[in-house]
Order: sequence, then C-alpha cells, then structure tokens
Amino acid sequence: MYLNKLTKLAMTAALAFGASLATAEDPLKVGFVYVGPTGDAGWSFGHDEGRKYIVEKFGDKIETNYVESVAEGADSERVIRQLAAKGHELIFTTSFGYMNPTLKVAKRFKKVKFEHATGYKRSKNVGTYFARAYQGRYLTGLIAGKMTKSNVIGYVGSFPIPEVIRGINAFTKGAMEANPNITVKVVWASTWYDPAKEREAAETLMLQGADVLTQHTDSAAVIQAAESKGNYAIGYHSDMSAYGEKAHLTSTIHNWGPLYAAKVQAVMDGTWKSEDLWPGIAEGVTDLAPLNDAIPADVKALVAKKKQAIKDGSMRVFDGPIFDQSGKEVIGAGATMDDAALKNFNWYVKGVEGKLPKS
Amino acid sequence: MDFELFTNILFATLRTGTPLILIALGEMVCEKSGVLNLGQEGMVLMGAALGFIAAVVTGHAGLGIIAAILAGMMMSVLFAFLAVTLVSNQVATGLALTIFGTGLSGFLGAGYVGMAIDGIAPFPIPLLSDIPFIGKVLFSHDPLVYLSWVMFALIFWCFRSTRLGLTIRAVGENPEAANAIGIPVMKVRYGAILFGGAMAGLAGAYLSLVYTPMWSEGMSAGRGWIALALVVFASWKAERILLGAYLFGAASIMHLVLQGLGFEASPNLLAMLPYGATIIVLVIIASDAAKAKLSTPLALGQPYRPQV
Amino acid sequence: MLNITLEKRPSDSKLMSYLSPLFAILLTLLSGGLLFTALGQDPFHALYTFFVLPLTDVYGWTELGVKVAPLTLCAMGLMLCFKARIWNIGAEGQFILGGLGGGYIALELMDAEGFWVLPLVLFFGALSGLFWGALTALLKTRFGANEILTTIMLNYIALNWLLYGVHGPLKDPEGFNFPESAMFSDFATLPVLSDDYRLNISIFFALFAVAAIWALMSKTLLGFQISVLGEDKAAARFAGFKEERLTWFVLLACGALAGLAGVSEVTGSIGQLNPYISPGYGYAAIIVVFLGRMHPVGIVFASMLLALTYMGGEMAQMDLALPKSLTGLFQGMLLFYLLACDLLISYRIVRKPAARSIGSSSNSAQA
Repeated sequence: MYLNKLTKLAMTAALAFGASLATAEDPLKVGFVYVGPTGDAGWSFGHDEGRKYIVEKFGDKIETNYVESVAEGADSERVIRQLAAKGHELIFTTSFGYMNPTLKVAKRFKKVKFEHATGYKRSKNVGTYFARAYQGRYLTGLIAGKMTKSNVIGYVGSFPIPEVIRGINAFTKGAMEANPNITVKVVWASTWYDPAKEREAAETLMLQGADVLTQHTDSAAVIQAAESKGNYAIGYHSDMSAYGEKAHLTSTIHNWGPLYAAKVQAVMDGTWKSEDLWPGIAEGVTDLAPLNDAIPADVKALVAKKKQAIKDGSMRVFDGPIFDQSGKEVIGAGATMDDAALKNFNWYVKGVEGKLPKS
Repeated sequence: MDFELFTNILFATLRTGTPLILIALGEMVCEKSGVLNLGQEGMVLMGAALGFIAAVVTGHAGLGIIAAILAGMMMSVLFAFLAVTLVSNQVATGLALTIFGTGLSGFLGAGYVGMAIDGIAPFPIPLLSDIPFIGKVLFSHDPLVYLSWVMFALIFWCFRSTRLGLTIRAVGENPEAANAIGIPVMKVRYGAILFGGAMAGLAGAYLSLVYTPMWSEGMSAGRGWIALALVVFASWKAERILLGAYLFGAASIMHLVLQGLGFEASPNLLAMLPYGATIIVLVIIASDAAKAKLSTPLALGQPYRPQV
Repeated sequence: MLNITLEKRPSDSKLMSYLSPLFAILLTLLSGGLLFTALGQDPFHALYTFFVLPLTDVYGWTELGVKVAPLTLCAMGLMLCFKARIWNIGAEGQFILGGLGGGYIALELMDAEGFWVLPLVLFFGALSGLFWGALTALLKTRFGANEILTTIMLNYIALNWLLYGVHGPLKDPEGFNFPESAMFSDFATLPVLSDDYRLNISIFFALFAVAAIWALMSKTLLGFQISVLGEDKAAARFAGFKEERLTWFVLLACGALAGLAGVSEVTGSIGQLNPYISPGYGYAAIIVVFLGRMHPVGIVFASMLLALTYMGGEMAQMDLALPKSLTGLFQGMLLFYLLACDLLISYRIVRKPAARSIGSSSNSAQA
C-alpha cells in the first residue's frame, strides 16, 4: 500500500517534470569567438560589449559564451566547431581570419547559424556583417582638419586592405572639406595590435610634422604617443581618453549591441537569413566617443550637422565629386560610390600623401 | 631629410635601443660567467607584467620598476637552480624559461589588459637639455635611458678594471681552474644569472611603464632574442652592445621612417631589415674567426659539474 | 645547507630515464592542481577539463592527430640536429618556408588536374624548408655564425616573407585585397582519412618519418656518426667523422621535414596561404624533442602530450573561463620539471656524509 502511494507520487512527479520540460523554453545559446582579449579596449572589447548588451536585453531567454584570444589559423576551426557541438545555435566569429574555418564548420552543422564579421563569403547558414566605421572616420576627419595647426595629419595604418583604405579616404575627405590645406601621411605598422610598433609609427609621423594622429590599429599607444608630445589624436574602437586626457579628441567606435540583438531576435522568431549586413551611424552601430572640450563649439556643431545628414540619408560620405591623388575627378558631382566600389577600394583620394603599398 | 627630422630620429633611436641595451648587458654578464640563458623573453615579459601590476596596484611607477627587477630575478633564479645546481642542459632550460615566463606573464597580467597608467615621464636634464642638437638627442630622455648609460658605464668599468670582472671572466673561461684557485664558481654564476634577470626585468619595466605604458601579452615582441644576438654581435664587449643596440633600434625605426618619406618598398620586406642586418653582422664578426674565438667565453653553455 | 647532496651514479640509471618523464608529468599535474585551486576552481574538474575532456570523443582524437602530425615531423628533424648538438631553433622558419614554397606551387598549378599535382606541391614544400635549413648550414660551416642566433633571425625573415607574399604577389585576386591566397584546388589538397574529420594523410608522413629516422639513428653508420658528434666532438674528429658534412645533413634533413610539415598544413587543415599558417609549431617541437628525451617513441608521446595541452587550454577557456596563457604555463612547467627530474638519471640524492671523520671521502668540492 505504501508502495502504491509512493509509486503514484513518483509517477505524478515524473509527469509533471516531463510536462515542465516540454513547456519551459531552453535559453538560446549564443557563442562568440574573439581574436583578442576582451580587456583590450579595442576590437574584441567592442564585441564583448555587444554581447553584454544582448545579455541585458534578453535576460533568461539566452545564454552566452565566449572564447577570447583565439588565434586565427587552423586551430580556430576547432574552437568554432566545439561551440557548435556544445549546442550554440548562433555563433559570431569576430575576425576576418575566421572566414574559411567558419564556412567549414557551417557545412557540418547545418542547423547552426553563423555570423562572420568583416568577411565576404557567405553560405546558407553563414552571414556576414560589419559596421560603416568609415562614416565615423569622415566625421573625425572634419575634426582633425580643423584642429591641426601644422596641416600635417598622421594616420597609423595596419594593413593596406580595402577596409583600412576606405577609412583613410573617408577621413581624408572630411579633413580636406574642413581644411583644404592639409595632407594626410600614412605609416603602415603591419600589425593590428602591437603597442610598441604602433607607438613607433605614431612617433615617426609626429617627427615628420603631424600634430593630429589617428589610427586603424587596436591599442591606445597612438593616443599615448600624442599625449606625450602635446599633440592630438583620434582613437578607434572605444573611448580612449583614459590614455591621454588632453590628446584624445574622440574615437570612432562600434556599437555592436543593436546588431547582435537584431540577429538574436531573428533566430528566435525563425526569420534569420544569411545576408551581408553593413549598418552604420543611421542604425546606431557606428558612433563617436564623446568629443573633447578642447574642440571649439563651431566644430562640434559642424560634426553634429554632418552626422545628422548621414543619419537621415541626405548625404553619403562618398558622394562625388571625389578626386584621386593626381587631381583627376574619379566620381563626379551628383554621383556616389556604391557598396561594391567601397568594398573594393584600392586607391587613395586627394589629400593622402604617398603611394599605396602593393604588398 | 632635414635637420630636425634627423634629430628626432636619433632621439627615437635612443629610446628604442634602451630595452635592448638593458637585456643585452645583463645577458653579457651572464654569458661572461659561462652560462647561456635563452630565457630572456620570459624574464622580460614577467618584468613587464609584474612591474605594470605593481604600478597599478600601488599607484607608483617607481615601485613598479622595483617589482619588475624582482620579477626578473625570480625567474632567473629558477633558471640558475636548474642550470647551475642541477646542471641541466642550458639550451632546454632557457627555452623552458621563455615559454613558462611568457605563459605566466599572460596569466598574471590577464586582468590588467586595457588599463591605463601615467607612465614615467621624461626628465630633461636641466641646462644640458638646452644645448642645441645634443641637448635634444641626449639629455631629454626618461630616467631609464640615463640608467642604461650608467649601467653600461658600470659594466664597462667592471670588466675593464675590477677584480670582480676578472673573477667572472675566469669562471667563464675555465671553471675548473677557477675552482682550483678558490673562486666559488656556483656563487659567481648565480650572481651573474641573477644580474641578467634583474636587467631583463628592468627592460620589461621600460616597455610597460615608459615606452607604451600598458600591458599586453607578448609585448616584448622578440626583443629578448634580438638582445641575445646583440651579445654575440658585440663580441661580449659592453661598448659594442651600446652601438649594436642603437643600430638595431635605428633599423627598426627606419623602416617606418622610410615609409613616411615616400619609399615604396613593401612594409613587410622592409621589416626584414633589422634581422637581415643582424645576420650580416654575425657573419662579419664570426668570419674574423680568430678574434671571435678570443672573445667567446670558452666555457659558454657547457654544464659545469663540480667534482664530488 | 640541506643535509642532502648529489652523488654521481656509477652509470646512468635506465630506470630513472623512464621514470623521470613520469615524475615530471606528475609534478606538473600537482602544480596545475594547486594553481587551479588558487584560482577558485575545483582542481580535479579543472585538470579533467584540461587533460581528459578533449579526448572524450572521436573528434578530439582526430584533432589530436591534426596537431601531432606537424609537431612530430618538426620534432624528428630537430632530434637529428639536437643529437648532433646543433641547436637549430629555426624549425619555425623552415616550416613557414615549406608552406610558402609549396603554397606558391599550388597556386601556380591552380588549374592543373591530375594526381601528380599534390606530390609535386609537397616536394616543393619540403625543398623550400630544406633551402632554409641550407642557409643555416652555410652560415655555420662557411662563416662560423652561431646557429642559435642565425636561425632565430631567419625565423623572422621567413615570417615577413610569408606576409609579403600574402599581402602582395600571392593574394587572391577575387579576395577583396585581404591578405590571403585563393583556396587551393582539390588536386592540391591532402586527402582526409574520413569525411567527418580533418585528420589527413600527413599523420602517415609523420609516422613514416619516425620509423625512418629511428632506423637511421639506430642502424646506420650515419646515425652513429651524428650521435658521436653530439656527445664528443673531439672523439668524432679523431675518428674521422666529417663534422661539416654531418652538420649539413642534419640541417637539410630538418629543413625538409619541417618544410614538409608546413606544406602539409597549408594543403591540409588550412587549404590556402594566409599570415597565420603556424601557431608556433617550430618552437613547440623543440619542447617535444626534450620531453621525448630525443628518442623517436618518446617524441611521439611528447607530441601527443603537447597537442593535448593546446586543446586543453582551449577547453579550459570555453568551459571554465580560464585564460589562454595556461597552455604556455603548463608546457613550461612540464619542461622545467623534466629537466629537474632528469638530473636523477646521472645523480642520486644521498645524505651528506658526516663531516668530521678522518679519512672520510667528503671533501671541499661541494659548491
């Protein structure tokens, strides 16, 4: 009799448990692969901030995991695959070098959705995304053009790929609009992240007369270099003013949160599809760090005005006329460069000094 | 190239060469005593990491420097214990130190990536720094650059005219004979190795507290290996280390400067310059075979087994 | 001072030479456990995550193989060099050159079809690595330049050459100017052992190299000469062994093997040329040689152990949020402990004999 009661109890409990399993939503597992440490105040930091944004937004409905400092190369495939194998349904691989490994893993894990940052290859379950950082760079170029006294602006570049060239060109276009007498000098540090090299590149630029610097590298060394010499600098990825209170004018930053939230929502709604997403200022994914008070009010107003124009679509950064270094008009007035042309950018606009390295 | 540019390049060269000088001087002393320590990268990184951490935690960069020196010494003691007391293979032990130090520094420093501190500011020497040209190039640096010159002078003098220098050299040339005349070989070697560790740690502090005041994994970027090459390149002579370090520093800056001046060469090919230059110099040095043999500490790298 | 001292054994203890690596592993595990505890982790769970979890499925074992192949190939080459006491630190550069040279041919043969493509590509890869080793041999034998330093410099030069290639002439024309080459054709791709996994036939290259070098060292005169050269240069010279020729041989062989590892990596797991074809295999292989006590079988096991530390580090990151630098920590610790325990092969620990007895054998030479 005892046993009967016990059995009945057990069975009821089991039924209830089973029912609860069926009705409770398993949280959506979202995975992130970072190429650097989240503390780098740079590229990976930005992505992790995006992750934190969706954690806050979706609460219990999602579970996020990340792996940082995953070297690009053959080993990254294993990490991505492990994430997929551990039940993550949406995985963000946040560096170019993960492109082919992501595709390979996606072939095997057809139900998992992958989003690859900065890449160009997609498949049924692999989408790509990036931010229109160049819009932010254009705005910072306006500031640089107005703030320089020597009319020489220094650009610490990483590698001569279209993304970086596009940034240089957008920046230079803005600077020239603000001050037609400037010239932008580019030094290639041949690294994305190496504080000492970035610093040396910055110093090299300064010793050639640059009094405003900017960068397409990931550490704050350029800001520090500028601060030490009493010059200005514009950072990248995050507000780098802690590294140079006086020097740091602003930074172009990425705001991945809204993009990540949209993708998570799409997976939850079952509407996810592979696409090439390239949002910018209008979507809130690209922005500027707070402007330094040293920037005069009229410059701030100019930046605000242009930012609004980009936001509402009344202007585009690469609207014509655009001239190349020889002065030839490559894009006429009234025309504009389309996304395909922007993605293949491999020439310098007027105002940039020097030749583009071919290797 | 105008004069101001030239001045600035020299200034930058001195800064860039300083960590190399520190590491190389330390390793030179170590090698003079007959011990080859390949663990420079590990010691430099530990110095950089612990120095930075100490500076952040205490708020004083000066304490950071002390911490860095101690960190370098701690790492080198590990090496000394294995290579001198336990008579292990010095090449393997040094490599183990490099790998371990790199890993440990990354591990300890993980929580400090992305933090900013006020580094050590330059200290232009009053009066002297106002002299045109020389004042800018030589006397407007941060304290560690000046310290590197002081260390150079000390070491130069030590091996030129002191008993200590002679003792160290004796141990490096013929430890058995040195032991026979009563020199405590092990103690001397421990001392030399610790000194090397201290200098490497100091170089690390220079990187994370002065050059680019921040911590990032692997920030020594191969300087330990370059310094090792420098010691040979300099035939174990302090004055040549100074020269070599500045030459190397200049080469690594030149490839950036050349870009700025409009040279079209591939940045990646230009980056080979310093390493290629080092090989060429190694060849030139070594092919003066007789002289090279005279300068190499005879017992370098050979395990010394005290006869029990 | 401590009451113990070291006393030289009459002859090396064979038992200790087997036990020493085991002691080293145990000590490493112990230290690891302590470290994890200090980090607030359950030591057993953490050690399990690090050393056991990666191998709990077939995929894990195949991934182990993916890493073991290049490690073993490089390590076998290095073993030859180290046995001759030629401290070739340049396996990394030789690996990279192998990938670069072989990759270049693969790109040139992009439209070619036929089973001859892959062997040609592999051959050129090995040849490129051999060339890099030859440079070191030349610098050493002709100019007396120390190989430790020249090989390190050559490593950097090789890397920059690779970067130059992928940023410039070898860049994929359809690749939006990103620094990588086009993907190699199927004819220039190493066949995998199973469609589900990445493990490819390079594992057989590695095993073949193990067998071949084992035979070389233990059965041939050449192998004997190499050993003697390493153990006693004077004796080797006295016996008429040509030091220069042996130097060339070991460096060329190592270059070829490391080059083969490099080209296998780019035609296998990677499938193209890009800036990151080596996660440091050339350097890791140095550890493998010492851990494996410069013996072929030991090297295979040491490769497996080292490959495991890489995978364990990834697992620990994913599951326990521990930092990536753990891998280097463990590897360094392992080598340190091994070097320390190795001492026990030639020496044993004894109590210090009583100091004051007349005619006692203890004398002043305790340093």
